[in-house]
Amino acid sequence: MEMAYLIETVIKIVVILLIFSALAGIGTYFERKVLAFMQRRLGPMNVGPFGLLQVAADGVKLFTKEDIVPTNVVARVFKIAPVITAATAFMAAAAIPFLPSFTLFGYEVHPIVADVNIGILYILGIMGVGLYGPLLAGMASANKFSLLSAARGAAVFISYEVITGLSILAPIMMVGSLSLIDFNAYQAGGITSWILWSQPVAFVLFWIAAFAETGRTPFHLIANDHEIIDGFGTEYSGMRWGLFFIGEYANMFFISFVISIIFLGGYGDGSFLGALGLLGKVAFFFFFFLWTRAAWPDVRPDQLMWLCWKVLMPIAVLNILITAIVMM
Amino acid sequence: MHIEHIDEHFNNRNVTEMNSDYYLVGIEDYPTDNWGRFKRVIKRSFRGELFVGLWVVMREMIRFDIHTVKYPEEKMPIGPRYRAIHQMKRLWESDAERCIGCGLCEKICISNCIRIETKLDASSRKEVSEYSINLGRCIFCGYCAEVCPELAITHGGEYENASDQREHFTMYQDMLTPLDMMRAGTQLEFEGFGSITPHEDERVKKTPLAY
Repeated sequence: MEMAYLIETVIKIVVILLIFSALAGIGTYFERKVLAFMQRRLGPMNVGPFGLLQVAADGVKLFTKEDIVPTNVVARVFKIAPVITAATAFMAAAAIPFLPSFTLFGYEVHPIVADVNIGILYILGIMGVGLYGPLLAGMASANKFSLLSAARGAAVFISYEVITGLSILAPIMMVGSLSLIDFNAYQAGGITSWILWSQPVAFVLFWIAAFAETGRTPFHLIANDHEIIDGFGTEYSGMRWGLFFIGEYANMFFISFVISIIFLGGYGDGSFLGALGLLGKVAFFFFFFLWTRAAWPDVRPDQLMWLCWKVLMPIAVLNILITAIVMM
Repeated sequence: MHIEHIDEHFNNRNVTEMNSDYYLVGIEDYPTDNWGRFKRVIKRSFRGELFVGLWVVMREMIRFDIHTVKYPEEKMPIGPRYRAIHQMKRLWESDAERCIGCGLCEKICISNCIRIETKLDASSRKEVSEYSINLGRCIFCGYCAEVCPELAITHGGEYENASDQREHFTMYQDMLTPLDMMRAGTQLEFEGFGSITPHEDERVKKTPLAY
């Protein structure tokens, strides 16, 4: 293996880690602001201009807080669970092309850590592993609310893995590749060639499943505050809890990237405008996560399972069948 | 007649009766067969209620009609009869304390937080030598202000009375109107129940000298 390739990859990893850790923090700021505006409040206002430095204040608070490991927990598992959540979120980012390739100091940079030819499979798999964060945290916490949350987490993640996989199968059949770069190239012809127009049902299904995968509000059952306190996060404090948080928000950003690249044309032809377009789409999907949190109530766990197995899965299977028939 | 009317409204809660104010909200019956349940799912899925919710919060965001009161900088107006920290008033004529040491406030105080000590001064007039209100115990019921015959003790509007010392909650001097405020003529009169109405002095009948 070449030295230059190795250095390039390490630099990319560090840049992605830094940018998305920071974005996770700024994401919390935007979430608080957007929710506040939608509820006729102002949100954070006092730390820095328009409360912008609230993120830094929260970060300092998280880092300097006492790290409590309660008495009856399984300490080793308890300690490693938040790392799993954060790590899997960032590992999934390895196969996502964040921007079109560009030239920097005469050196062509591909803003993707590893263009593996099974990119989507890899992302879905790693997101599936992400289940172990809430599951192990909840089971190790010696707290019945955490345990409930772990059970719910396992049920929700496994169920909606099915929807994610099946809904994305139809676009994969059309493109004939699992690499997100190939997906992008397939839709390079502009807005009319987006997979959204040929696979609207798959788009909606994947979008719904994305809410379950990231545990956002209509399906926010894993850490449903009014029922089970903070779920798997109840016993956590300080930076361990912060890692869960960073993982959740990084996941929201990454899933927004994935939806934008698979269904909405990604960065298009690779021009500067296309790159801006990708960021705009990602911003919209991230905003939509916050928007629904202000607007919609949570569903019950049994309704969530009902929706998954009795409604979404049949529709996804039908969608694959129809796609196959049309392609033949 | 009046009692009958009340009786009618409070006891006639039978929804089936005519002229009743109570009625059933129109809830459809739950479907019993599978086809009915399926139709209900379709109806609920495509009725677009989710988008109504999205539109409502987006409208509020665009309208940007923020209701926040930025508390330490902004404060809500409070009514003249608001019962916060007590104020001890002075007489407008002589700047002397209005309190005549009658002890009614101490007597009526239900949380026993007022302590008053009096003595006779050199000219055999009653003088208040010690007056304290333990604000840590006070429940701000307002009885002391209501019972005071001289409007000497009233409630003010100062509600920011956090402190780290219990002794700060008993300071008589803090409640008494300062002398420089009296000289500037800015002592605020209590406007609530029992206070003197405007132009009261025009209606005062002077005691005839013949007595």
